[in-house]
Parts: sequence; structure tokens; C-alpha cells
Amino acid sequence: MKYDMLLLRFGEFMLKGKNRARFEKTIITQVKALLKPYPGASLRKEYGRVYVDLGGESHTELIKVLKRVFGVMSISPVKVTPSELDEIVKTAVAFMDEREDEFKEGTTFKVNVRRVWKEFPNSSHEMNHLVGSPILRKFQQLSVDVREPDIELRVEIRDQGTYIFNETIPAVGGFPLGTNGKAMVLLSGGIDSPVAAWSSMRRGLEVECVHFYSYPFTSQRAKEKVIDLARALADHAGTIKLHLVPFTEIQTAFTQLGQDNLIITLMRRSMLRIASKLAERERALALITGDSLGQVASQTLPSMNVIGRATDLPLLRPLVMMDKQEIITLSKQIGTYDISILPYEDCCTLFVPKSPSTNPNLRIVDKIESTMSHLSEWVDQAVEQTETITLHAGETSVVTNQTEDNGMKDDWF
Amino acid sequence: MKYFDYAATTPPHPDVIRTMAEIMETQFGNPSSIHGYGERADQLLRRARSGCATAIGVKPEEIVFTSGATESNNLAIKGAALRYQSRGRHIITTATEHASVYESFMQLQQWGWEVTLVPVNSDGEVNDQQVVDAIRPDTVLVSLMHVNNETGAIHPIAEIGKQLKKKAPRVLFHVDGVQGFGKMEARPAAWGADLYSLSAHKIRGPKGAGLLYVRSGVELTPLLSGGSQEQGLRAGTENVALLVGMAKAMRMAAEDQVDFARRTTVLRDRLMETIRAIPEFELNSRTEGAPHIVHFSYPGMKAEVALHTLEQLGVTISTQSACSSRSAEPSRALLAMGRDAACAGGGLRISLGDEHTEEDVALLEQALHQMVAQLRPLERRM
Repeated sequence: MKYDMLLLRFGEFMLKGKNRARFEKTIITQVKALLKPYPGASLRKEYGRVYVDLGGESHTELIKVLKRVFGVMSISPVKVTPSELDEIVKTAVAFMDEREDEFKEGTTFKVNVRRVWKEFPNSSHEMNHLVGSPILRKFQQLSVDVREPDIELRVEIRDQGTYIFNETIPAVGGFPLGTNGKAMVLLSGGIDSPVAAWSSMRRGLEVECVHFYSYPFTSQRAKEKVIDLARALADHAGTIKLHLVPFTEIQTAFTQLGQDNLIITLMRRSMLRIASKLAERERALALITGDSLGQVASQTLPSMNVIGRATDLPLLRPLVMMDKQEIITLSKQIGTYDISILPYEDCCTLFVPKSPSTNPNLRIVDKIESTMSHLSEWVDQAVEQTETITLHAGETSVVTNQTEDNGMKDDWF
Repeated sequence: MKYFDYAATTPPHPDVIRTMAEIMETQFGNPSSIHGYGERADQLLRRARSGCATAIGVKPEEIVFTSGATESNNLAIKGAALRYQSRGRHIITTATEHASVYESFMQLQQWGWEVTLVPVNSDGEVNDQQVVDAIRPDTVLVSLMHVNNETGAIHPIAEIGKQLKKKAPRVLFHVDGVQGFGKMEARPAAWGADLYSLSAHKIRGPKGAGLLYVRSGVELTPLLSGGSQEQGLRAGTENVALLVGMAKAMRMAAEDQVDFARRTTVLRDRLMETIRAIPEFELNSRTEGAPHIVHFSYPGMKAEVALHTLEQLGVTISTQSACSSRSAEPSRALLAMGRDAACAGGGLRISLGDEHTEEDVALLEQALHQMVAQLRPLERRM
């Protein structure tokens, strides 16, 4: 079947009457961003719904992309036909013809006609019969069940055309992106933090990513890996900002202290301080991490307590109660898993002590930090030297920089 | 000497040669190494991959680099057959396919697979309905070329892909795109192809570089074991300079495709007129075929004699396809099209490239006339 458009239905936020207009607008912005790589498609808004005219683009490809729009509950591929009785019946029969493979003896169906355009001569009730009878004649296997049919063929008669559809494909749901504010997510190269980012986006948070790198101990490829992760998130959000923070100096300083078992605690506290400053700059109101209770030493309750006290911002941990396997399943679904498992060292895997503390003492940690006279200076410096890039949906991986000093030339391609 | 055998291979483009020379000189790292040399080589490879993907409208992660289309075709066919043998052991192709496809099928046949060769019509084209009708519950793979390398005949790839997706979505569809890319629109994903092979040296890139598009979700059994390069599908250090050369050649070919087809169609049609007007010749290509290939026979004359005579007259064309022209067998493709052995053994192919001009074609026409005049006394005696 060659479909003409997709019908996107909105989700739970519809309940919130006063916010509806703002929420719809947000969804449309996100749809637009995700449709950028598909120039044929265009978009139309109607009360409580969004229509995407396919304009020759593949409906399967676009469904795959638009299923990701936060706040969209379901998608139906729609065939559009002129609002004339003969055309409607012809298209409806052709529509069922496509489905014939699925029919068995005893498959039930019903036609559900909605006459939105009241000038149309036949009533909805009449139309149910006028559309249903030729289908029943053609497909002897079918019988009618108006209560719980296997197949519900829906027909909406409108002034500008009649929409025929029957599939309802579930979409991601949640709240429209950003309608619950903005937060900074600490994005490592691992499996968890991208899932935490996505889970937050689904709850209506706009996220910006913060990544700490330890060049020259870690490679350009570790950095590219994180860029690719952020790009995969952009495939859901439309665009994503990624802040790349140089962390080498602070990290090296911690290794000099002779407090190996507290290095991770100290590092993570500094990361939260830097992220908080970036959040302030970018007007974000929370920090998000991929912590999952008990997974590693820094994710025990005592560790989370000591680490979390380094920031005044709400610290959101969407994965805190999830099992690793659930997180992995989600990360496969959102397309970040294959990137996350690339093996490069990142700043979190460097200098991991033999026995990191699972029960750090806040007093001791405070005391160590107070002896490091340059710590706050370094934090400010890291914020200052942070490099920010913006990634867009549908972009393929490209080498981002350094082509010139690498001796590489653009004209080779 | 004027060269008219672009379907066999093309002279590498000067810009491609310069790029590859510079890379060989300055960027010799192994892309699997983690030091700076390796990282730079890896970056080059990533850009090459994304360039190749863009040229055929697919995702970078769906590109597997190979040494050329023969390897791509072998990996696609045997890799899919081995991976999915639990689904069945029946595979489908035609008799006019390139040797690297046909012989892969024959090898699988020896290993116990059942092969259906769908017939082609007298123009060398397969019928979409016949392909679909050949599908059985135990069919694993259908492999077809986009454009025939000998005659320029075009299989209705998009139509077949569409019907396969509808009727038998689990059957894998491999398209050998070697002679089509750069000449016709190449959109394997839109056609419903699961696998698509390309070679760099047919589009003014280097020999020894090719790729296989493997649609996400399709798994293959690798033919080469070793390192985990190319997602484990093709072990062996990637040939960075050649692959970047291929990416560049593919970009240029994709950008020039519409223009290329327009230019060569004019020249090809003119050549076809000339060949039709020479009574000794039989034209085997049709104007509906690829824009760059003209295939004809000179019955009663050994093709090799015609070729050498033309070479004396300053033009190079080919007999059959280069990959099988050293064998004395008559062309499998032409026999499948219903030609008799004399015709199938005497096939001559002119293939055009982006550099050819009206003057070049005029020179070729003149040589064809002269050749016939010279050989006329020898006809039927050979």
C-alpha cells in the first residue's frame, strides 16, 4: 500500500488543558527537527493531532523516526482519497485487499466512519454499510463484529479529503520534549548514561550533555564515541548540545594525593560541580546521571550520599532502581548500545583504584578537598575551556575537527 | 589508441590517483591501531564509509568494505546462504549473471543447495513475475544484477524488490550493482535490496576496492576469518588509500550520474544506428538498456579477429566480458538470451565512459566500417 500521510496522536499531556497549546507546539518543533533529513515530508497541525504528508518519502522509514517523538502515543499510516462515495468505497476495498494475507476464516472486522464534514450526503451510519458491504462481498472469509473486531477500518470524511486507515502503531509516549524544563546529563561513554538521558527526555526534559575527557590519556576516538552517542540521542530529540569538558588536570591532581580509594568519589564530586556551573550558565535546573544502585562503588547509597552533596541542584537518577539487563535492553532499543560497547578508555575508566571506597566518609572527603587550594580554580577553568557542539538528527558520523593539523585534507573526499 | 572498454575497467581519475598517492605517503597507519597514526587512518576510513553510504543513500554502518565486487558478491551470496541455511537451501538467480555471482551459485549447488535459474527474454531481461513465482517456502536468497555487463540489459530491480518484500519478506534480495552505479539511479534501500555490491574501478576509482551494502538487521557468515574489522564480516587490514579513493570516485560518479547518462545515451544511440546500418552486424543491445553499453555480434567472424583488427585501426573494444573473454566458451548470457552458438561466440562490446566525445565515437565508427571492409573477404572462412 502506498500511503499518503501519517497521523500522529498525542498522549497523556492532553489532560492538562491549559498547557495543551504549548505542548503541541513543542511536539511540532521536534517533528520538524526529525524530518529535516526527509525533505519530501511536510507537516500539518489539526486539533489534537499532527499529520505528516509523506510527499514520496517511505512510510516505514518515517514511522520508525516519528515513533520517537516524545508525547506521541500512536501513529497511523493513512490513505487519502477524495470525499466522494465511489472513491471512498474503492479505496477502502483496496485497503483491505492489501491485508488479505492476514485474513483467516472467521476474521472479524468493522468499518468505523466519522463524518466530520457534515455536507457529505450520507450519514456516518449509512456509510458504515455502504463501505462495509462491498468488503464483505469481496472477502468471504470476513464477518462483522462491531464490539471487538480483529480489524477496524477507520474512515474520516473531511472537506478536503477522506482519510482511510486501520493500523495504530504505538509510539514512545511520555511528555513533549522540554515541557518539563531543562537538565544537564553527565554522559560517559558507557551504556547507562545515554539511557538515563533518553528516559529523562521522555519525561519532558530537554537535556544537554556534559562529557569529561582526559586528553592525552584518552584518545580522539573516545571523544568521537561520545559525539556519536550524543548524535544517537539527537535522533530522538532533533538536536542535542554536547559540552566537552577538559578534565585531565583535576584528574591528575587527585592521583597525586595518595588517597587512591577516594579518587572516584573526589572525581565525581568535581564533575558535579563543573556540571552545576554549566547548568547555571545554560539555565538548566537539574543534573542527571546514569547511576544504578549498587552497580559500582560510586553507586552505593553511602557513595551517592557523599557525591550528591557536591551540588545544590536536584540530582536525577532515572535508572537508580533498574536492573542492568533492563538498561541494556533499553539502550539497544534507543540505538546507543552498539556505540557504548566500543572499547576506548574514557576518563571514568582511567586510574580506577584497586579498591574504591564503597563507604566514603563525607568529613574526610571535605577535608581532602579543603587542602587542595587550586580545586575551585580548576573547576572554573574547566568550565571556561569547555567546548560546546550541537548535533542534529539524521546526521551521519563525520570527523569533527582537527583535519588540518592531522595532515588530512578535505579535498581527498 | 582510443579506449572503449569502460565496462571492463576505467582509467582512474587523476584526482583519485592524487588523493591515493598523498594518503599512501602521509597516512599509512593501520586503522585498527590505537595510536595517532591508527586514529588518523580510522578517521579517514570513517569519512570514506560515510561518503560511500551517502552516494547510495544508506547508513555508514551498513557498508562493508571489500577488495572488489567479486568479493562482495561472494560474501553476499555464500555469507547469506550459510547464515540462513536453517530457513532452507534454495536460491534463485539467472543465467546471465556475472561470473562471480553465477559461480558462487554453482559452488553452493555443489555443496547441496538447490539453484533455480530464472530464464531471461531475448533482450536479456528477467520478468519480475517469474522471479516471484520461483520463490518457494525454502528459498533463502534471490540474486540479480542491476545492469548486465555484456549487453547492458536492465533487470526490473525495483519492481522485483517491491514484490519480494510483499510476497516473501524473509527472502534476502541481493543486487549486483557494479554496472549500474553511476549510470543509473542507485538506491538499494529504496528498492528493497538487502545486499548490494559495488566495485570502485568501474567508476574511475582504483582496482582492489569495493563494498557490500548489508541492510541493518541482515546477518552474514563471514568468508574470511581473523580480526574484527568491518564488524567481523571481513577480517583483514583495510586498504585505507584505495577505500578513500573509492569514496571520492563514488561521490563524483553519483554527482555526475544524470549528466553522464544524458551524454552517453546520445553517443550510444548514434553508435547503435551505425551498427544497424552495417549489414554484417547484429545488434544485441536495446535503447532501453544501460546508457553506456552497446553489444553486437559479427556472425561468421571470430570476435577476437575483429577485436585485433580494430586495435590496428586505433580503437580498443572487447569481446564478451573481460572476466570471461580469455575462455573459448560462447557467452553464457547470450546463449540464455536464445542466441545461437555462432552469435554467442562472436559477441563484441563497446562500453563508453565519461571522457568520450562525439569525435571519439566518429573515429570508432570509421574504424568499424574499415574493419568490415578489411575482413569481408575472410568472412565464413574462419
